[in-house]
Amino acid sequence: MTDQHRAGPNWPFWVVIAAVTTAYLGLLFGMLAATATYSSPHHLIRALGSREIQYATGLSLVSCTIAALLSLIVAVPVGYLMSRGRFPGKNTLDTLLDVPIVLPPMVIGLCLLIAFQTPLGRAIDRIVPFTYTVFGVLLAQFTVGAAFAVRQMRTTFDHLAARPEDVAMTLGCSRGRAVWLVTLPAAKRGMFSAASIAWARSLGEFGPILVFAGATRMKTEVLPTTVWLELSVGNLEAAIAVSLLMVLLAVTVLLAMRAVGERP
Amino acid sequence: MISLEHIAIRSGAFALSDVSFTVPGSVYGVLMGPTGCGKTTLIEVICGLRKPDAGRVLVDGRDVTHEPPGNRGVGYVPQDGAMFPTMTVRQQLGFALRIRRRPAEETTARVEELAAQLGVAHLLDRKPHGLSGGERQRVALGRALAARPAVLLLDEPLSALDENMRGDMRDLLKRVQCEHGVSMLHVTHDRAEARQVAGLLLVMTNGCVRQTDLNTLGAPCTCQH
Repeated sequence: MTDQHRAGPNWPFWVVIAAVTTAYLGLLFGMLAATATYSSPHHLIRALGSREIQYATGLSLVSCTIAALLSLIVAVPVGYLMSRGRFPGKNTLDTLLDVPIVLPPMVIGLCLLIAFQTPLGRAIDRIVPFTYTVFGVLLAQFTVGAAFAVRQMRTTFDHLAARPEDVAMTLGCSRGRAVWLVTLPAAKRGMFSAASIAWARSLGEFGPILVFAGATRMKTEVLPTTVWLELSVGNLEAAIAVSLLMVLLAVTVLLAMRAVGERP
Repeated sequence: MISLEHIAIRSGAFALSDVSFTVPGSVYGVLMGPTGCGKTTLIEVICGLRKPDAGRVLVDGRDVTHEPPGNRGVGYVPQDGAMFPTMTVRQQLGFALRIRRRPAEETTARVEELAAQLGVAHLLDRKPHGLSGGERQRVALGRALAARPAVLLLDEPLSALDENMRGDMRDLLKRVQCEHGVSMLHVTHDRAEARQVAGLLLVMTNGCVRQTDLNTLGAPCTCQH
């Protein structure tokens, strides 16, 4: 007896996939297009010319870059430890490292604020004032950005074989030198991605900065703070201009990441 | 000469205890055993990449048990070659000498000598992603030989190669062993491979290593020193 079963057509599957994708892209592009066309280019350029917004743009670019570099400096050794290390309590440490990713942003700011009210925190604050200062902005951005960078570096090291490092050690390297000469050059794309993710996360950081560093104009004002301040006084055009600027910066970082990731 | 004396090592549920054997100087030793029996672990113990819980490792009569891997005078060729991903073949072959801060002329001469000997002279400026499995193994072999180690450890060096390449690589390994006069320990689970290269056969079963008569497998390596 012959088998009468016939496989069904594939097109319904692809229609569903395309429909879901189109709906999601429609939401993304719809909201961006609506924001971009809400005001005229003339009004937007005039809004971006204000001293406060220029200060916030400058502070955002500088603080995000420093936070990203600090995140990378921390993420490389911590990511390496979590990828290659075998030690008791690794799962617990892994969970702790993800805390800044899952905590509500306001709570991170509150935790930082409380930490700097402890005797140790006050002592540090007397040497380098973090609370309600630009250094506070930097620390708040770093706290969240570093968590994402650590995760990215761990994934990067997970994808790099450990054997070449072992071989380098048999050829005369210490572990540190083997990592420096063999593993880190191979991890440079991952390092760029980690720094980019930390930079992009820092750019969008608002809650921790608001609670820990405040929202003082021309002092601790970064771009998300500007959006919030302008919205709170009803200056929608300035809020839109800054939002579009942030979209432009975020897209530039994403494109740069993609370009580096695809380079052979 | 490679000697293991009463080596014991435990890692989770896996354990080896009281493993002892010797591969005399300038002999091609083959360590044979089923997959997962601990052959690679023993190689790592000899390299210094794993610390044994007990016992001693001797290379040319020198106790290297507590020496770091780079001070043991051991060359290591892992299963897949473990190329350094961002380095050219030239840089890989010269790596050990560069680490030892040897003069540039000496490094260049050694790299060219090894490249010619191993048939990779035309690949010197290539990076690993463009190399075939056989080419990678040749480069890995040259990289391990560059600093003139007393001992060469090969972990399943033919397993990733197709049948034609295996034959070439087998011949190359025997020739390299003869020309360099190193003590070799070649790990494999393949009886035919063992028969074709072994000067001394060690068989690992149930955590024990015993020397086995080559005649039970076939003719030994005829290389003389």
